[in-house]
Amino acid sequence: MRKYLATCLLAVMGLFASALAMAAGSEVRLDTMKPDLRDQPSLQRGMQLYTNYCLGCHSLQYQRYSRAAEDLGMPEDLVEKFLIFSPELKINDTMRIGMSAEDATDWFGAPPPDLSLEARLRGTDWIYTYLRSFYRDESRPWGVNNSVFPQVGMPHVLEPLQGVQEKVCTQSDIALLGAELDLETGRYQSCEVLEITQSGSMTTQEFDQAMWDLTNFLSYVGEPSRLKAENMAPKVLIFILIFTLLAYLLKKEYWRDIH
Amino acid sequence: MMGNPDRPKAPRGVMRWIDDRFPATQLMQDHLTGYYAPKNFNFFYFFGSLAMLVLVNQIITGIWLTMSYTPTAEGAFASIEYIMRDVEYGWLIRYMHSTGASAFFVVIYLHMFRGLLYGSYRAPRELVWIFGMCIYLALMAEAFMGYLLPWGQMSYWGAQVIISLFTAIPVIGGDLAQMIRGDYLISGITLNRFFALHVIALPLVIVGLVVLHLVALHEVGSNNPDGIEIKDKKDEAGNPLDGIPFHPYYTVKDLVGVGVFLFVFCAVIFYFPEGGGYFLETPNFEPANSLQTPEHIAPVWYFTPFYAMLRAVNYPLFGVDAKFWGVVVMGLAIAILFVLPWLDRSPVRSIRYKGWLSRIAIVVFVVSFVTLGVLGVMPPTAERTIIAQVATVAYFAFFILMPFYTRFEATRAVPGRVTGR
Amino acid sequence: MANRGVNRGRRRFLVSATTVVGAVGVVGIATPFLASWQPSARARAAGAPVTADISRLAPGQQMTIEWRGKPVWVVNRTPAMIADIRAIPPAELQDPESQRPQQPPYVDAVLRSIKPEYVVLVGICTHLGCSPGYRPEIGAADLGADWPGGYLCACHGSKFDLAGRVFTGVPAPSNLEVPPHRYESEQVLVIGVDEETA
Repeated sequence: MRKYLATCLLAVMGLFASALAMAAGSEVRLDTMKPDLRDQPSLQRGMQLYTNYCLGCHSLQYQRYSRAAEDLGMPEDLVEKFLIFSPELKINDTMRIGMSAEDATDWFGAPPPDLSLEARLRGTDWIYTYLRSFYRDESRPWGVNNSVFPQVGMPHVLEPLQGVQEKVCTQSDIALLGAELDLETGRYQSCEVLEITQSGSMTTQEFDQAMWDLTNFLSYVGEPSRLKAENMAPKVLIFILIFTLLAYLLKKEYWRDIH
Repeated sequence: MMGNPDRPKAPRGVMRWIDDRFPATQLMQDHLTGYYAPKNFNFFYFFGSLAMLVLVNQIITGIWLTMSYTPTAEGAFASIEYIMRDVEYGWLIRYMHSTGASAFFVVIYLHMFRGLLYGSYRAPRELVWIFGMCIYLALMAEAFMGYLLPWGQMSYWGAQVIISLFTAIPVIGGDLAQMIRGDYLISGITLNRFFALHVIALPLVIVGLVVLHLVALHEVGSNNPDGIEIKDKKDEAGNPLDGIPFHPYYTVKDLVGVGVFLFVFCAVIFYFPEGGGYFLETPNFEPANSLQTPEHIAPVWYFTPFYAMLRAVNYPLFGVDAKFWGVVVMGLAIAILFVLPWLDRSPVRSIRYKGWLSRIAIVVFVVSFVTLGVLGVMPPTAERTIIAQVATVAYFAFFILMPFYTRFEATRAVPGRVTGR
Repeated sequence: MANRGVNRGRRRFLVSATTVVGAVGVVGIATPFLASWQPSARARAAGAPVTADISRLAPGQQMTIEWRGKPVWVVNRTPAMIADIRAIPPAELQDPESQRPQQPPYVDAVLRSIKPEYVVLVGICTHLGCSPGYRPEIGAADLGADWPGGYLCACHGSKFDLAGRVFTGVPAPSNLEVPPHRYESEQVLVIGVDEETA
């Protein structure tokens, strides 16, 4: 029977692989961002960026300030002083916004979405790449577009930090996204490359790090219980192992009766 | 077979008092210590008791989730996040329930496959199999209705697609779908009735069916990997020679199975609660929106084989459109399992002693079922539809041809006593 | 299948070891389920401390503040009221010196307040949970000529004085509860947090 099962297994393995490949595939190449929820300074910087630049429009309606204070290792009075801007909000409140949905629709065409679950919905790679992929496009109402989210409906609020980014044509020896091989030079030609044409208050490295922190924070907000789960897991699993071992010995002992 | 050190002694004291009023010791004797099970159970025989464990897990975590869940279109999505964030250990209870749903189907599919391999559905166990199939059916309904409750995009559109299946029924279909929804579209009304069915009606049905399944099983006794009737050969005391009391031998053995299962189950809960997007689907992190369908919708993995069959049927027949036939094929794919006991005409029960035709058939069946399952999660393309059609035909061929290949193939000699394999 | 050669000691040990570990496991799994019954973060947020401005509370007046969904009374007691409270014979009260833990340790035993004039009480009768009425008028007709002013619970007739101390001969078993509270400033009262013990 084993042989048959193995045959079946092999037969479907290929299909599974293609299903997974399909799930992972997407049109835009995304930079990898693997969140680190144990990096509290990064999460704190991320929260600071969020409250300063995002929370004006994007609520985190399920995230309480007090929970963030506890999980990110920040004293509550400092959070109240430096991270809560709305006088109506208290430490135990969720990170709501004051803007009404009607006003938002007037200003942006649609209310800016709540981002509590954005990291679980789109993934951290997407957010990290999206945040760094705004570029100048005068045809858009806010003068910017995004190569990850074409026709994006929001302004590039982080432009003072990142600087002005533009889509430029460039040649390179490696095949970039959407690049075409130039037969004359033997190099690749692409007009999809983003380049900083006017620097902001941060260097590219600093900005990437800041966006990494912000993504890390959003990843925390998506599932605040993640760290708790991972802390609990080894204890529970080791306990189950001990139980299983004992049960196995017990089974062995009883089954000595059976010949 | 005699001299079991754990044979129940004549009860005294409290037990005696109870036994005079309620057959506690008798029940224990009938179903555990005096229930003789074949001694050659293998790996596949863990899944019955594991299914029981998962059922208990689903009921308990379900009760606890109900304490914090809001069954309204306005509040459902937020109440799930409330459970995940604000309720102490709510995340754990919720993940135990969501992972438990998938675990239930893993365990049930393996349990059913075991029956298929060793002919556990053959006489006199037809009713055990049929009650089991009823459980499977009720479980699918339970899972489907439970999936609407988080009120995410996938919940909504998944329910939309499945309820729309009913519109394929000629004449009454449209009205029937509307009656199921209780509205012109899936709305809070639908959510409320699904909630009632999911938390009360179907769990009652499932528990009742489990009781019937076990009563029927204990009446006829368990089958085994050799497909031999152990009751045919008994010792002087009237106990089967190849049987051992379920308790303590299989209780301690099942404990090991429970341990291994819990290890895997907990690892998933703690590290991969989304199950790679198959246990908790990504679009479900967005609240339901009746105006916008997610780019790619697929049912949860345990429904995908049937979903793929539904999509595979793409041509009209006898002047009725393909949609109707798709639903018919999907319904038949499940219905045909009910008559399995009467399709198998082999003189032997177990695949171990069946001929090579049966062995090829079961491999073809597994490959086609899994292929359909994989295709069901992928968006359809022309080639995939052809593969799905082939797999659907293979799936049905396994059953429809069964009376022929099982009757005419050469079988192997069945030993008189169970083997140690 | 015989019991010859069965190592009973080993078997008994393994049975008890597995049972003990299993029992620990059951307790372990029960813990999150019981813990989930505690007030959730939302309930705790709703039960957070509340502040009240008492600057406009006239002498002799009572105001009601909602804290954790319960009425909390603040009374600005006049010097006459305070004198009346002190004048009640201890024999008429069940717990005149506030011996039972119905108040935080930092309030006065008799007046049951931080400042003599302002008393803060949870307006829930200690008998069966009704909310008593404020009856400051001395010698009210329905309460007898010796009524010193206080609270009357309409549900079962329990009586309390203006410090929330329960009278004898009524069904309520103990004094009204004094919630944790502190003064953020002269005129701003915070209910739900203890006075800072500096």
